[in-house]
Amino acid sequence: MAPVSIDNGLMVAWALFVLGFIGVLVRRDLVFVLMSIEVMLNAAGLAFILAGAKWGKPDGQVMFIFILATAAAEVALGLGLVLRFHHKFKTLDTDAASKMRG
Amino acid sequence: MLALLIAALLAGGLLAWMAGRVKPLYARLVSLASLAAAAALWAVTFALNISSLGKGQFISGFKAAWIPQIGVNIHFAADGLSMAFVALTIVLGVVAVFSSWSEIEERTGFFHFNLMWVLAGVAGVFLSFDMFLFYFFWEMMLIPMYFLIAVWGHEKKTYASIKFFIFTQASGLLMLMSILALFYFHGRATGNFTFDYFTLLADKAKPYFGAGTAFIVMLGFFTAFAVKLPAFPFHSWLPDAHTEAPTAGSIVLAGLLLKTGGYGLIRFVLPFFPDASARFAPVALALGVAGVLYGAVLAFAQQDLKRLIADTSISHMGFVLIGIYALNPVALNGAFIEMIAHGISTGMLFFIAGTLAGRVGTRDMSRMSKAANGLPLWSVMPRLGSVGIIFALASMGLPGTGNFVGEFLALLGAFASSPVIAITGSLGLIAATAYSLRMIRKAFFEGSKPTEPAGVRITDFNAREAAVSAVMILAIVWLGVYPQPVINTAGPVLARLIPTSASAAPGRQAGYIPGGGAVQPCHNFTKCSLKTTPSGFAAVFGKGTKWAPGN
Amino acid sequence: MENLFFLIPALPILGFIALALFGRRMSAGAIRTMGVGSIGFSLLCALASAGQFLNAFQAGRPWVQTLWQWFAVPGLAVSVSLKLDSLSLIMALVVVFVSFLIHVYSAWYMDGDEEYGRFFAWMNLFTGAMLTLVLAGDILLLYLGWEGVGLCSYLLIGFWYKEPANARAAIKAFIVTRVGDTAFLIGLFLIALKTGTLDIAQASTSIGAMKASGLPTLIAMLLLGGAVGKSAQLPLQTWLPDAMAGPTPVSALIHAATMVTAGVYLIARMNAFFVLSPVAMEAVAAIGALTLFLAAVSALFQTDIKRMLAYSTMSQIGYMFLGLGVGAWSASLFHFMTHAFFKALLFMSAGVIIKAMHEEHDIFKIRKKLLSGTAFPVPPIAFWSFLTGGAALAALPFITSGAYSKDMIISGAWTSGHVWVWALALAGSFLTGLYTFRVFFTVFAGTGQSVYSFGGKRNLLVLIPLAVLSVFSVVAGYIKSNIIPFLGMVLPAVAPVKGEPFIVYIAPMLLPLIGIALAWLLYSPRAKATALKAWAEAAPLSGFFLRGWDFDRLYDFLIIRPYKFAGRLIQTDPVDLIYSLIAVISGLFHFVLGTSQTGKIRLYAALIGIGTAIIITWAVLF
Repeated sequence: MAPVSIDNGLMVAWALFVLGFIGVLVRRDLVFVLMSIEVMLNAAGLAFILAGAKWGKPDGQVMFIFILATAAAEVALGLGLVLRFHHKFKTLDTDAASKMRG
Repeated sequence: MLALLIAALLAGGLLAWMAGRVKPLYARLVSLASLAAAAALWAVTFALNISSLGKGQFISGFKAAWIPQIGVNIHFAADGLSMAFVALTIVLGVVAVFSSWSEIEERTGFFHFNLMWVLAGVAGVFLSFDMFLFYFFWEMMLIPMYFLIAVWGHEKKTYASIKFFIFTQASGLLMLMSILALFYFHGRATGNFTFDYFTLLADKAKPYFGAGTAFIVMLGFFTAFAVKLPAFPFHSWLPDAHTEAPTAGSIVLAGLLLKTGGYGLIRFVLPFFPDASARFAPVALALGVAGVLYGAVLAFAQQDLKRLIADTSISHMGFVLIGIYALNPVALNGAFIEMIAHGISTGMLFFIAGTLAGRVGTRDMSRMSKAANGLPLWSVMPRLGSVGIIFALASMGLPGTGNFVGEFLALLGAFASSPVIAITGSLGLIAATAYSLRMIRKAFFEGSKPTEPAGVRITDFNAREAAVSAVMILAIVWLGVYPQPVINTAGPVLARLIPTSASAAPGRQAGYIPGGGAVQPCHNFTKCSLKTTPSGFAAVFGKGTKWAPGN
Repeated sequence: MENLFFLIPALPILGFIALALFGRRMSAGAIRTMGVGSIGFSLLCALASAGQFLNAFQAGRPWVQTLWQWFAVPGLAVSVSLKLDSLSLIMALVVVFVSFLIHVYSAWYMDGDEEYGRFFAWMNLFTGAMLTLVLAGDILLLYLGWEGVGLCSYLLIGFWYKEPANARAAIKAFIVTRVGDTAFLIGLFLIALKTGTLDIAQASTSIGAMKASGLPTLIAMLLLGGAVGKSAQLPLQTWLPDAMAGPTPVSALIHAATMVTAGVYLIARMNAFFVLSPVAMEAVAAIGALTLFLAAVSALFQTDIKRMLAYSTMSQIGYMFLGLGVGAWSASLFHFMTHAFFKALLFMSAGVIIKAMHEEHDIFKIRKKLLSGTAFPVPPIAFWSFLTGGAALAALPFITSGAYSKDMIISGAWTSGHVWVWALALAGSFLTGLYTFRVFFTVFAGTGQSVYSFGGKRNLLVLIPLAVLSVFSVVAGYIKSNIIPFLGMVLPAVAPVKGEPFIVYIAPMLLPLIGIALAWLLYSPRAKATALKAWAEAAPLSGFFLRGWDFDRLYDFLIIRPYKFAGRLIQTDPVDLIYSLIAVISGLFHFVLGTSQTGKIRLYAALIGIGTAIIITWAVLF
């Protein structure tokens, strides 16, 4: 199996990141926003792994594990917030929580 | 001793807070007790060092390292100037406690905590001889003062307190930068990084920064002190703060906080920056005159009694600025006496305004007589009226009161430096007559149409208030007819703090003030006059008048 | 007595302190005893001092007493010191003597006033301040007395404060005189600066060494500024007529003993400065001549008896200034003395009439009341006193004291060569006779003796002062030959530059008689010249003269209104606008940035993304 070229891999990571970002921007549902953030995190993780493979160093994989841990924590907290959010606003529309406007 | 004095006030504040939770009266008694302790400490210090004070020497006080890495020490000391101002602090502190006796009903303990900590901060300012410590106390007196206005003030208290805080804080930061500049330049030149006042002053002989830098650093100090004084364009916080503050707050503000500005100018600006001060003096003198006249006209136009008194402070502090920047011992003594006398007279005017407003329920002079059912207030409260008249007359500089001695000496000294300034400043005395008499008439002698059949019963001064007034009347008259002991206490110090003519290097005179020369400092004012500035005598009286060569 | 003459000013001041502290709790009798007694003892001290001083008359040595060091700063030491020489002795004696009689009279006049104690406290302070002024050996102490006199005039003119007009007059008196005082103060600065002392004797000596310079002129002009304010001379004369708002004893005190004569005393005391400056002397003479004439014309048109007396005082002080200016120093002080007697007499007798008429001041209404008998009867002593005082004021020759002193001044004006000043003085002399007897005839002529009888209690308190002053108004002129050389020990003498022809000698004696005769023709009940009188009363300028040549309107327009306008203009402190502007700008920023805070999380995310993209692009490209 021919090794994946780093450029192609980064293209995939970039695409994933952009897709995730677009998801954050266009979805109003809080759960989907969280999922999109997961996609973005994973895109970053992919980029780390690629870089680690390129330089032959373990640091990239170490970072990926960190990201995994962060993502897990984020989901745990995020879902808790989603529950509170739904309890308070009776909706999951992020625009409903705009009390901090200036 | 000196550290204990400040500690007594700080501890008194804390104890008063706690005591106030039990019973409001205890907070008042604890405050009085701590002031009495401070007074006792002051008296002992004064008595032990009376001979060295008379010679203008320092009483060395407490000294300990605070942050040795950057040369910060806790260093309290005192000379005659400091001792006089600390005495004023304690006396006005007592007046402030008495003035709030029946006025402050809510959170009495916390009120007295703030009051005592302001007093401690003020005393700290007068006694600190480490620049860092000085700045610490300078800021420390602001915060309790802010609370005094913001919590116990009148209608526009929030606006006034924030305005007061921003003005003083912003100008304080300018001073901090100047202190740091002093620290840095001195350290770089001598290798000794220190905030110690005496070291910084002693090394002035080997100038550690050039004339231009010195001028800018001087401006930083000047701005902070001019805002506090307040000098003319920086005065606008004062009427609001004084008007909205509770009576005790107004007394402390007018009587003490303003004096820290004058004290700073005398203690730091003149000795640290002799050349720059001499060059800047024409501007400062002009600002002083502007303040004298502007404050007087402003006071004349007010209806609110407290605002009127506040505006007169602007006018009086103009005389102080003139006295300081005339740069000779006569004027400087005048500025000093004026500050002490103003502390007493204006403090008492606020005391009267507070007690009066508390009785008649308004600060508007044209509505005051309504509370007495249209009768002029004089006819229902002659004692309060008499005290009011006496201090209003002191405020217009009537001979026989301390204010006259102060204004006379300040203007006389200014005459030696710049006759134009002195003559214009003298017009302030006429304007002072106008506003004082208007105040007396409006507040005490003017009736109005009776409104309702039965007015509120108005009471005259009670024994406590009358006793405070009597002591303060004695004080202001004593300053007016025999101020020599006070002059002897601070005079030698003041003479030393005036820049010597030699250090105001000639040749560097021109420059920073376009079109204006410098004021020549001089130590014997009859000898030094008339060779001053181009805007001196000749400009006023023309060349036709021939002057006898310096008699 | 040499070490005790400080009691002369100290006793009245102590009386003031005692009355101020305890006057409210004292009975009327105690107040009376205290108030009059303090002045009485002061008078005894003054008499004792005078006796002892006169024993050493030949020596001419002044008594100097330094009480304490007032203040000393590098370059200037001021002490509270008193000085008694022939000038201050005469002045102090007259002040305390007349003041004592006025106090006695006040005990009757103010009897029953609800603030009897306050009145006597302030009267005592007034006398004490004037005596301090007179006896001061230091210019700054003199200034203290000077301001104290101004203060007391303010307090007493506004004594009946419930009337707003009184309060206004009081404030006006203080502020106008304070304008002059400020000039005086600047003069003090110059003296202190150029001579290094404020001791009168030392300063006078060292100024003598500066003959050639313009300095004495400048100082003398500034002192003159102070003098015209206190003495109600042009251009600061406007306060005096309004000062009539005070109770009549106060008017008597202001006009006869204290206050207005302070200016004359100041110039006499500081004569060393004036003799060095011909310019200043001419100015003094010119101000005196103009004031005496202007005031005499105004007096002619007054209907208020007290205002007529006020303008007459202004006019008589004008004579004193004139005398000082032309070098007739001793004559001026002599005129001050005789004036003090007869003016106090006039005011007190006018006070009796006014009180009998229920505070009616208008001379025509007084006459109407007298004729219709609707008022209290007027005591005969008032009639005789007013006649004696009026005759002295009009300078009826040979018999009245006013004639001796005034004629000396007028002849001094001639012999020193001031012809136009002399002419104005003569015109004033004629007008004085006219206006004084215009009032006298209007009030009393033909009303008959029947309306006169004495009512009320404590008669002696009125009778004694009026009788004593009537005697003095006549006999004071006869001590001319004693008093002129006595004053000459201190005051300079000026040699005459031209002789006095007979017509010049006789004119000041004849003109008052002509004036009185004209007054009889115009204002007696059987007046023949009614047409002339009607013309004079309706003259187009009569209102202008009635209002004292409209100086009030002028100053109102030039100074008071602009000042009040300035006050209104800056009432809310325009400088504060600068700081408000800073606050507004901060608020604007707050608004702009605040609007971008929508609270929409997706917008924030988008902005983060865009920002990141821009930064990365920028970092990569550059």
